[in-house]
Amino acid sequence: MTQAMERRSFLQAGALGLAGLGMTSLMPAWARTGSAGIVPAMPTVSGDDIHLTIAHTAFTVGGRTGHAVTVNGVLPAPLIRLREGQTVRLHVDNRLDEDSSIHWHGLIVPFQMDGVPGLSFPGIKPRTTFVYEFPVRQSGTYWYHSHSGLQEQQGHYGPLVIDPAEPDPVAYDREHVIVLSDWTFLHPHRLIAKLKTEGGYFNRQKQTLLGARKSGAEETMSAADRAMWGRMRMDPTDIADVTAATYTYLVNGHGPAENWTGLFRPGERVRLRIINAAAMTIFNLRIPGLPMTVVSADGQNVRPVTVDEFQIGNAETYDVIVQPTEDKAFTLVAESIDRSGMGRATLAPRLGMTAPVPPLRPRPTLTMRDMGMGGMDHGAMAGGTHGAMAGMDHGAMAGDGAPEADHGSAHSMSGRSMRDTSKVPDGMKAGVGVDAIAMAPVDRTGDPGIGLDDVGHKVLTYRDLMALAPNPDQRPPLRTVEVHLTGNMERFMWSFDGEKFSEGVEPIRFERNERARVVLINDTMMTHPIHLHGHFFELVNGHTGSYPRKHTVNVLPGGKASFDLTADAPGDWAFHCHLLLHMHAGMFRVVTVRPLDGEAA
Amino acid sequence: MKHLLGILLLTGMSPALAQHDHHPAPPAPADSHARHEGSEESGHPADHALPAEPPASPPADPHAGHDRSIAPDGAGSAAHAGHEPTVADPPVSPPSPAALGGPSHAADGIFGAKEMAEARRIVRKEHGDIRVGAILIDRLEAIIRDGKDGYAWHAQGWYGGDIDRLWIKSQGEGRFGDAVEEAEVQALWSHALDPWWNLQAGIRQDIRAGTDRTYAVLGVQGLAPYWFEAGGALFLSDKGDVTARFEVDYDQRLTQKLILQPAMEVNLAAQEIPELGIGAGLSTAEVGLRLRYAFVPEVAPYVGVQYERAFGDTADVRRARGEAAGGWGLLIGIRAWF
Repeated sequence: MTQAMERRSFLQAGALGLAGLGMTSLMPAWARTGSAGIVPAMPTVSGDDIHLTIAHTAFTVGGRTGHAVTVNGVLPAPLIRLREGQTVRLHVDNRLDEDSSIHWHGLIVPFQMDGVPGLSFPGIKPRTTFVYEFPVRQSGTYWYHSHSGLQEQQGHYGPLVIDPAEPDPVAYDREHVIVLSDWTFLHPHRLIAKLKTEGGYFNRQKQTLLGARKSGAEETMSAADRAMWGRMRMDPTDIADVTAATYTYLVNGHGPAENWTGLFRPGERVRLRIINAAAMTIFNLRIPGLPMTVVSADGQNVRPVTVDEFQIGNAETYDVIVQPTEDKAFTLVAESIDRSGMGRATLAPRLGMTAPVPPLRPRPTLTMRDMGMGGMDHGAMAGGTHGAMAGMDHGAMAGDGAPEADHGSAHSMSGRSMRDTSKVPDGMKAGVGVDAIAMAPVDRTGDPGIGLDDVGHKVLTYRDLMALAPNPDQRPPLRTVEVHLTGNMERFMWSFDGEKFSEGVEPIRFERNERARVVLINDTMMTHPIHLHGHFFELVNGHTGSYPRKHTVNVLPGGKASFDLTADAPGDWAFHCHLLLHMHAGMFRVVTVRPLDGEAA
Repeated sequence: MKHLLGILLLTGMSPALAQHDHHPAPPAPADSHARHEGSEESGHPADHALPAEPPASPPADPHAGHDRSIAPDGAGSAAHAGHEPTVADPPVSPPSPAALGGPSHAADGIFGAKEMAEARRIVRKEHGDIRVGAILIDRLEAIIRDGKDGYAWHAQGWYGGDIDRLWIKSQGEGRFGDAVEEAEVQALWSHALDPWWNLQAGIRQDIRAGTDRTYAVLGVQGLAPYWFEAGGALFLSDKGDVTARFEVDYDQRLTQKLILQPAMEVNLAAQEIPELGIGAGLSTAEVGLRLRYAFVPEVAPYVGVQYERAFGDTADVRRARGEAAGGWGLLIGIRAWF
């Protein structure tokens, strides 16, 4: 896969608005500043031969110590710093009593180096070492994690940053890696057992009778709408499966009280490499008082776009530039999508400075649009009412109610089934594991994410993203592959096309180098970050030829997202929801690309 | 409104617009975004023939390049008509013959078929084949009533996968100081029928003084619309008599932790069963109202009231014994699961 970066045109665009600073970063900033900016120092490994050891470790947060599975004894795992063009050998020593693995998330590697047991390789047996070796053919912000069992929930994840071979088109004076994650003292198998017993177990923000009498943004749902949700046996407050009821949200392994702090000098351009390494948490990220200019998504440069907040799905990465000019501290807020809790860190000129921590905002509530009826609404339901200007929202799709629009829809819906199996395509099985089928799903790449329609400032949407360089393969796709994201909230079953991977499903097959469109249709009422291994795909968002290239895409509830794929990586690849327990519950497929190298074409 | 229409028309939106001219118009910024915004809509089926628009020249300001998609989306409610950004989807079609060729499993050629087969077995099991179990003590309560305080329990446990499970149920009651009045245990195979309902079949063993009975059980249990937990079962005893039981309850959350649960149980018999004191038809019914406080979801003590009574011949049997046909009870108990 070519990483053809038109750096010249980037610099000409002056898109960062950083006139004059463009070429100062011939050396990577981290090398110039060492770890001075990162407090405490993030362990870093680099070079052509890297040794990693997976083992059990104690992990302490919030004054309590639990059991973790870590790499080189730290959580998150050490920062792996590579350089585009090098060939790297990674010696991974598994000192657990169970199989383990490392998947290099977002890296374009030969399939046998991709690190998925049972697909790419047999896995790393207890007390053995596996050597990964591959050329580094890209640059940007990525990460790595276990693909075995539920080790990722236990701490087996870390950041991976690749410096470009040529001067970085993004200018910055300092950088910080921001690894977001979720920690629980419960064993991940207990998480699953609780959820299988009671799908809403961790939701402590359900609708209540007394809550309905209180005023408050989250309790504006009419009795008629509540009844309609009840009739469907759906909970409009079911935003996240696992919540702050058990999670401590971490920033670089630090809980909110530990307050990880990254330093800056006022006036510096600070690059934040933000990675969502959480097992089950989608975050809303903002730094009150500090606009963020997004320069890269999933490690791929994009045209700069300045926002106040963005939602980041599991496994997504965003690089942003911030430029604090005052001698004061700022709070980095990573609020969980259901707003049950937050990760918190500080950017400050000096250690020990803090800024106010904003309270959690009211929890959002699902709407008709999240139910898959976006295409049936008769209101200002366009994906883009949430523009840069505060107050221009129409609220018709707002997370917090929008009485008029929702009301009308609720009534028009009252006679219809939320599970009309006549909508189901041939390849899909609408059985026990499918509790809803989106009736009229719409493309939701113009939506900022659940609960972010009316927050009063600019929130990133996928339609804001344009690749910096023209897309390398501009052939139009010749066929469409539809994949339905399906689930049963009550039984905690998750699948593609109604069938769990364990049921022995057919792979999704592509011919090598074919250009195809994959349409992801979310029949469920949850946001699913869908990840394809081994490839970057072009997210179809209206910017033909400059689609953002991603490895993971958030598909909003009841909505659709499409990507164009050049299947240029022969082999077998994992394709799954990156909510770890959804994947574990069956939302997983194999994607095959044939012919392989050396096969007669 | 006027300039919005202009933009839409210019970019070939007229067919969609015609269907949607009643939409309230979102504000359309009249600036450089317009060009992008227009291209958003060229994916409408009516515009299939339009060439894909090349990207606009690099934006001059940091906000250009992200359009606010001014046109209404969801153009039409047909399955895919609302799929708006850019080029229409090509037809859904199966993979080419070349895609189907080659080895079934790419890694076999590198690591060996035998080792990969074992790893494949594990990866398959780890992605969907989850087996877990739970025990739910729905009620464990003292019943305070006129002169004859007693106790009762209602519990179930299960183990298995998503579709098939072993399901154990037990319920019973007695009076303090006496032997257990009646107790039953059911061992059932539970099979998921649809997203919410399970078919349950198996056996039930009753243990009561002198009149042990064994039954075949066929029932359903699940979640009805509006979140009613419900169940019903038919019982055929080894003596040939047929009875039935229906139960329903509902959790009304007052706060996150305070939950009011109305519940109802009805027992029916197809024939008279004199040795059990049961008449034909509706034999007994019970309504209860329990208010529990869930300190944690797993542990919730409660207080409540219930009214239980017998009907028809069953009531006559009770009266003949000098008992009342029915009566109120105060409940103090605990609900727990793990």
